Amino acid sequence: MEHTPPPFFKTGVSPRARLLIFSVLSLSLLIADARYQYLESLRQVAAVIIYPLQRIAAAPMSLARRAGDFFVTHASLREENAQLRQDHLAAAAKAQQARALESENAHLRTLLDVRQRLQDRSTLAEVLYVARDPFSRRIVIDKGAQHALRNGHPVIDSAGVVGQVTRVYPLLSEVTLITDKGHLVPVLNVRSGLRSVLAGTGVQGALELQFAPLNADVKKGDQLVTSGIDGIYPAGLPVAEVIAIEHNPALMFAKVTCRPLGNVGSHARVFVVHAAADLPPRPVEEAEKVPRGRKGSKGGKGG
Amino acid sequence: MINLYPGTPQEILRPAKTGFIVATLVAALLLNLLPWSGWGLWVRPDFVALVLLYWCIDQPRKIGFGIAWVLGLLMDVADGSLFGQHALAYTIVAFAGIVLHRRVQRFSMTPQALHVVPLLLLNDLIVLLIRLAAGSDYPGYWYFLGSVIGGLLWPALSFLLKLPQRPRYDPDHA
Repeated sequence: MEHTPPPFFKTGVSPRARLLIFSVLSLSLLIADARYQYLESLRQVAAVIIYPLQRIAAAPMSLARRAGDFFVTHASLREENAQLRQDHLAAAAKAQQARALESENAHLRTLLDVRQRLQDRSTLAEVLYVARDPFSRRIVIDKGAQHALRNGHPVIDSAGVVGQVTRVYPLLSEVTLITDKGHLVPVLNVRSGLRSVLAGTGVQGALELQFAPLNADVKKGDQLVTSGIDGIYPAGLPVAEVIAIEHNPALMFAKVTCRPLGNVGSHARVFVVHAAADLPPRPVEEAEKVPRGRKGSKGGKGG
Repeated sequence: MINLYPGTPQEILRPAKTGFIVATLVAALLLNLLPWSGWGLWVRPDFVALVLLYWCIDQPRKIGFGIAWVLGLLMDVADGSLFGQHALAYTIVAFAGIVLHRRVQRFSMTPQALHVVPLLLLNDLIVLLIRLAAGSDYPGYWYFLGSVIGGLLWPALSFLLKLPQRPRYDPDHA
């Protein structure tokens, strides 16, 4: 304001003072959220307020999807049915083998006194929307704490790993995709058995194998599955396929680019696996011998 | 008041209803929450910032910092981003709108839009700076495209939001 109003037109605190107050409030919120994660309860409350709006905004898309499901042609249904029957036969044969293998495996595991791998439950969730944030790769799904989802639950689709739950609201949750920058998945190369860490790049459809030595046994077309050593992703889920290897002698590591196998970034429905993260306790004596600065590989950046 | 048709006598508008202001802000929030993806994400203007700026310029006594701040918090939750980044950006945009409202109201549509685009860019810039400070990558120039589109939408938005304030044509007194 260029001039001060006469006293009988006083309108309260001046805009400049208000700007200062609200800016300081915002900045303190920012710092409190970024540094100390104090504000999760406030976030939960705001999430409940905004939930109806989110559902309304997502409604046209899911309506269109449902309408599309309804208007399928007879021919395409028959074709799909035939295809499914064929798949079913093939799967049945595999399932029989798997059953035999499973019992054999269970027997061997009891023999070896290895902890039984848990039968993980999973929940089907619908993708409400892709987070409208060009900086990160996240989706919001329509299942939350009410459906027993917890932070860190892996999210998969029919082809492979999609991401993990990173923030749970009562009725919704946020899933960070594996392509998000800084998101890590510990993986195992199926062909060579090489263990490594797969990192998101922030670019859709591109992942990078981190710290792969120049002479590492990696080839184009190699399949990468989760190794399960992080306790977040269960072992053996397909994650990605190597599409390019670049050896640059100037760098210490080879640049290995991968393509996610799961349909990351464009799905309507996903599965949330209720993986029970019960790892054996960390060996205390050995942990002290490990030199400082070495961090165990983690499955993600966490909530 | 804005003169839509320079050279013609200016209309005397009826006061804006508070309910209408709230409804438009909720509608803007809904537009922001639509499942934008791919190219839509880049060309999408920040509707909340746009409508907020409109009301700050048009009705600076009815709308202010508190509403801007709360809207920012809601956007932060919806985006799952750090708490307070949109709140800060919207607060500063509201301040600029309130300080500039006398000046902007004097102009016709095109110069008004030219005032609005830099303010929307400022909104983007604040969010961008906070994201960069939090460790994100620079997303590229496309990030700012939405604000330019927002400026292009300004005349249409201005016309729409002014409709309920237009005086009703009364044939008996024509």
